[in-house]
Amino acid sequence: MTQLSEVRDLEKTANLGTGMLRREDQRLLTGGGQFLDDLPFGDFYEAAILRSNYAHARILSIDTEAAKSLNGVIAVFTASELGPILKDLPPKVTNPKLNYQVRLPIVKEYARYIGEPVAVVVAENRYIAEDALELIEVEYEPLESVGSTAQALKEGAPPVHIGSETNVAVHLIQQAGDPEAALKSSPHVLRETLHVARGGGHSIEARAVAARFDGPTQQLIVWDNTQAPHYVRQMLATIYGVSEDEIRLIAPADIGGGFGPKAQFYGEEVLIPWIAMELNHPVKWIEDRWENFISATMERTQTHHVEVGFDDDGRLLVLKDVFEHDQGAYCVGLKVPTITMSTLPGPYVIPNIHSELISCYTNIVPTSSLRGAGRPQAVVAMERMMDRIAEHLGLEPAEVRRRNLIQPDQFPYAVGLTFRDGSPLTYDSGNYPALLDGVLERIDLAEFRAEQIEARKSGKFLGLGLAMFVEGTGIGPYEGARVRLTNTGRVMVSLAASPQGQGYETVYAQVAADAIGCDIDLVSVRHGDTSFIPYGQGTFASRITSTAGPAVWQASTQVKVDIIDVAASMLKIDSGELVIRGDRVEVGDDPEKGVSLAEIASIANVGRHGMSVARNQPVAIERTSYFKPSQAAYSSGISAIIVSVDVETGKIEILRSILGHDCGTVLNPLLVEGQVLGGHAHGIGNAIYEEAKYSKDGQPLTVSYLDYALPTAMEVPTPELFHVVSPSPLNPLGVKGSGEGGTVPLPASVANAVEDALRPFGARIREIPLTPDRVLAAIYGFQRDET
Amino acid sequence: MSEAVELDPAEAKMWITVTINGSKGTYLVDQRLTLADFIRKQVGLPGTHLGCEHGSCGACTIIMGDKAVRSCLLLAAQADRESIETVESLAEDGVLSPLQEAFHANHALQCGYCTSGFLMSLVARLREGPIESEAQAREALSGNICRCTGYTGMVAALMSLPTPNGQSGGAQ
Repeated sequence: MTQLSEVRDLEKTANLGTGMLRREDQRLLTGGGQFLDDLPFGDFYEAAILRSNYAHARILSIDTEAAKSLNGVIAVFTASELGPILKDLPPKVTNPKLNYQVRLPIVKEYARYIGEPVAVVVAENRYIAEDALELIEVEYEPLESVGSTAQALKEGAPPVHIGSETNVAVHLIQQAGDPEAALKSSPHVLRETLHVARGGGHSIEARAVAARFDGPTQQLIVWDNTQAPHYVRQMLATIYGVSEDEIRLIAPADIGGGFGPKAQFYGEEVLIPWIAMELNHPVKWIEDRWENFISATMERTQTHHVEVGFDDDGRLLVLKDVFEHDQGAYCVGLKVPTITMSTLPGPYVIPNIHSELISCYTNIVPTSSLRGAGRPQAVVAMERMMDRIAEHLGLEPAEVRRRNLIQPDQFPYAVGLTFRDGSPLTYDSGNYPALLDGVLERIDLAEFRAEQIEARKSGKFLGLGLAMFVEGTGIGPYEGARVRLTNTGRVMVSLAASPQGQGYETVYAQVAADAIGCDIDLVSVRHGDTSFIPYGQGTFASRITSTAGPAVWQASTQVKVDIIDVAASMLKIDSGELVIRGDRVEVGDDPEKGVSLAEIASIANVGRHGMSVARNQPVAIERTSYFKPSQAAYSSGISAIIVSVDVETGKIEILRSILGHDCGTVLNPLLVEGQVLGGHAHGIGNAIYEEAKYSKDGQPLTVSYLDYALPTAMEVPTPELFHVVSPSPLNPLGVKGSGEGGTVPLPASVANAVEDALRPFGARIREIPLTPDRVLAAIYGFQRDET
Repeated sequence: MSEAVELDPAEAKMWITVTINGSKGTYLVDQRLTLADFIRKQVGLPGTHLGCEHGSCGACTIIMGDKAVRSCLLLAAQADRESIETVESLAEDGVLSPLQEAFHANHALQCGYCTSGFLMSLVARLREGPIESEAQAREALSGNICRCTGYTGMVAALMSLPTPNGQSGGAQ
């Protein structure tokens, strides 16, 4: 096999590096999208789910007789009818120290959050199924519950899991250097407690599962708008006790947003296919928004107790952070808090680090990754303190950052901690000073400070906030792609991962076309169906470009070699003289002489039944490649925000938002900018508007978009974007992830900007989001009743 | 319809006559069927999507008469003798309308789930007059929620539409 090439110079590629418009748009703009509930399923029963309306209760009895007898109801299932699948839904990322508590697909005895499934009604349609929910009589014995990490960690707090002595789920410490000694010897030490509230994913399409047992092929077919089809198939195969080949998991071609919650594994995904098999009739369940609020995983709640030690010049000597993380009622995974632990140091040289996680159970819907995944909170802890150091020393915040940045010649840079992928936290590449310079080229600091002072005279309070971050992306274990030459002479790229708007059908056609050298119009991309490719992991953690991208590149490069070798055999000419042009393989200096890709497919793939093939001629032009990154690739970025704060109303107006971003090689700038812009909007939401509130005992208080404020076009400014390109040495495309970088720095930069604006008041921003009441409390010193 | 009130809500049905994307039809509908479910399931036009089912996100927006309305908050019964336009009406033989084309050219959609509602809200808005400033564009977009794009592409799409000397409807 010839040596695989690498892409380093996008000037020489036909498609990569161009902002090619999306192939997906035509169907989506015309109402022809293939979202799960848009598929023509026909005669499927519809399910509705009864959910616990107690944050903590023991179920004494469930009477489903009245519901079952309702006209149009097919069946009602509770735990007692579902014995064979009452199996644990294990956490995605775990730790030997985890205080492990079993999570079942449906409540067996104890309900531990409002929204936990208690019963499933299957009916002729959803309307009847919801009627029947109201006829189910559940006798609950209410138990004491906790609605926040503060409540959960209090001495004598009621246990979320009866029988467990503590609500602590896991207590982990990572250290570099000697942080305790460094704290004692540091000339300056600052301490603060910072809180970030819960927020949700809020994909506009909620979750959905449909399933049908196909008798003739004895295969269970499951449609699931998941980010990770192969992962769901594997979980189902394990729980049902069948081989993976007995389940075909299809993530529909269109999925209406993911953002993390759809990468998790839920009880509903176990219940619906099983019930379809039990009833021997297809069943679907379409989550409504209220269910999504109370049963889809969320994120963000963390309280950080952070200390920094530094010298007279503002150089960091030590960082110590002890933080509480809300795991929710069960541990869906430890990825989020472990990402927080290692995201703390960011782009700075910090010789001594203490990063300590206290994760606890609460009687709230479980948490898991959500765009940013533990990073926004870490950046809040680090970047808020960078501003405090600047304030303490009377320096510009930008200058304090500049003095501490890892320099471009220090890569690979070993931080001294471990990342969530299990590998040492070693940054592969980056240029952090260039990110800071990019902002300073766009904001004249001296001019801004003068304007800030002038504005105060007329009662206008302007502030500038910066936040920098380093973001582990492109994690393992692997991602796969299969590339085929089809009978029509086209190239079919099959991906394991399913997209939720990222434009895979466009960008992976660019990758394959450039690797093969054929006309891009000959390349088709499909995805999300486990029958297309045997193994895969899924779309999460900004990982697909740097895992599936190289897999497509490798498989396509191999396919190119095969195509040319077949053509060489057909033309009886040395393969070195052949080139692929358009839909043909031609002799380089004699283009008249050549064969079409369709002819090559006919010879190599269709073949002549029963006839032998020349020794050097490849057959079956189909290559599957699994790319396995050795470690995460580290993207980086900076946010600069200029705000005006109304000190009478607490309203924050964003006057400028600048985002510098480095995700290595940019394969399609249009799509990368789309990712960054979308992430930025999510970050604005987290910084100012979005908050999932709960009462002290775990009653959700925000279960509609009238209570939970998602930002609209009125709230999200268009940021000024710039790119720094530090290609990753870890993969042949030089790429890193871009899906979350827009979100990560915003809560910190906005908070820094608001505190900067309110410096004349000595206001201290300690809680995010910065809702008007929090801003006013910070200005005027009101006490807020935080649960 | 007063006689139907006595019936089991699951059984109560009525006839409606409605014009959808220019074609008039008569349908027997459950009285409690939402207009969104009617359009999606009974008429078979799934391009209208449901995002929140409480009138906030705007994904289900259609045009009824001359108004953009939330089809999740209306019953099919309320569409009797009305004329309805959905996203499926915008392109002709697969050729995108100028508004749809502007969305495509400006990367104004990602997952595309909310897109139908945005398009229909904007079609109704553009019939009232052209969008001539970013502030007007943002206001026109502000009744719908998109979680993917950050709205930048949509603002750019609206700003790219021709507005010939104050004449309205340049984007339809």
